[in-house]
Amino acid sequence: MSSTQSVLELLAPYPPGWGGVLLTGALSTVTISLGAYAFGILIGLVGALGKLTGSRPIVIGLDLYTTAVRAIPELILIVGLYYAGTDGINRLLLAAGLPPIEINGFVAAVAVLGIVQGAYMTEVLRGAILAIPVGQIEAAKAFGMRPWVRFRRIVLPALMPNALPGLANLWMSVTKDSALIAVVGYQELALATRLAAANTKHYFVFFLAAAFLYLGITLLSNMVFRALEFRFRRGQPKSA
Amino acid sequence: MNFSWISSYWPLLVAGAVQTVLLLVISVVFGFILAIGLALAQIRGPRWLKWLARGYCTCLRGTPLLIQLWLLYYGVGSLLPLIPGLRSSFLWPVLREGFFFAAVSFTLNYAAYEAEVLRGALLAVPKGELEAGKSFGMSSWQLLRRIWLPRAIRIALPTIAGEIVLQLKATPLAFTVTVMDLYAVAYKVRQDTLLVYEPLLVVTVFYVFLTLLLTRAFKLVEAQVPVRR
Repeated sequence: MSSTQSVLELLAPYPPGWGGVLLTGALSTVTISLGAYAFGILIGLVGALGKLTGSRPIVIGLDLYTTAVRAIPELILIVGLYYAGTDGINRLLLAAGLPPIEINGFVAAVAVLGIVQGAYMTEVLRGAILAIPVGQIEAAKAFGMRPWVRFRRIVLPALMPNALPGLANLWMSVTKDSALIAVVGYQELALATRLAAANTKHYFVFFLAAAFLYLGITLLSNMVFRALEFRFRRGQPKSA
Repeated sequence: MNFSWISSYWPLLVAGAVQTVLLLVISVVFGFILAIGLALAQIRGPRWLKWLARGYCTCLRGTPLLIQLWLLYYGVGSLLPLIPGLRSSFLWPVLREGFFFAAVSFTLNYAAYEAEVLRGALLAVPKGELEAGKSFGMSSWQLLRRIWLPRAIRIALPTIAGEIVLQLKATPLAFTVTVMDLYAVAYKVRQDTLLVYEPLLVVTVFYVFLTLLLTRAFKLVEAQVPVRR
């Protein structure tokens, strides 16, 4: 290790140090993850309801989607969807006689990770809905609740405790999967770290710092999910 | 769709598949052995060992595999030449390769996840069976080897199958540290021929095929486990 720069100087938040770049990367990682997570929940809800109540072709299509996403390595999915997505949109534009557009890296990252998350979400939410005692939904029907009211008042609060452990796992996996976005070249924590390390040649320091940032995100998320679980399980018996 | 490149690239594809399978086997076998130690340390170890094992699992499960891989390859890899004499030793040709770092980081990562699975399974073994073993006068090593571990592995079999599939799906990351695995071959084909989808598709089919093979194999193994109904 060269002694010209100390570790503290390297990680300083202002320009000669790279701390600011890393923190911006971490922020970008969290934003991408949040976006992809929200998008994934949306796909998952639609997918789960589609699988449970949809017609046969819908169920087959959704099965294909969830099986394919869960069987293919994440890196291949992300690279494939990234290129296929940007390429596909530009081809559509070309067919419509419009000039090609530069696709925003952030939107692409969120969309790609969201599609991956959506497949896992579908299964988690489907399981959670199935675990709701049928009588509760029948009671709601007997009270004359419309499907939307029933979903909002009965299904959603009842599925949350069942789904939370799975949802927590998926959040952890999306924060870590977002590192793969570095491979297609969008700057988040992993790529920022690589950049900082390559520039200063202090590889060990920077990757260790990045690992700590990711660990921090994970541990903080753990606390949030524990609090959420406590809240959603209020009124339930303590045991088991 | 144009698949004519396969005729000239198939030796590379086969070599890549071998690298992928090799990485999977190495990380699963060594990771599993390490995981047994980690799980036992968390259950029976003295307090400091318990905390150490738990901290290891938290750290490796809390950071992305990609970062761990890069930390080892670029980070530790950049420190290794500082050790005097290492560069001229017989170890250097191995330590220079991306494959070595990929295998080590995948092993360490797999062990952390598998340790959690095993910990749960070890705790799920009925107490009575262990007490029965003890009353036969088995030493704790015999108890572990003959009853505790085999029973725990049987309990955990479905989860272990899932973890191995997850590990298979993580192996393409090795391409970022210059390992010529299956995905890296697809990447090279893409660069040579400018075909985007075809190489990815071929490689994907192979991964899915391997996944199916693994799940089938585990179904067969699970069928061997006697279940009382």
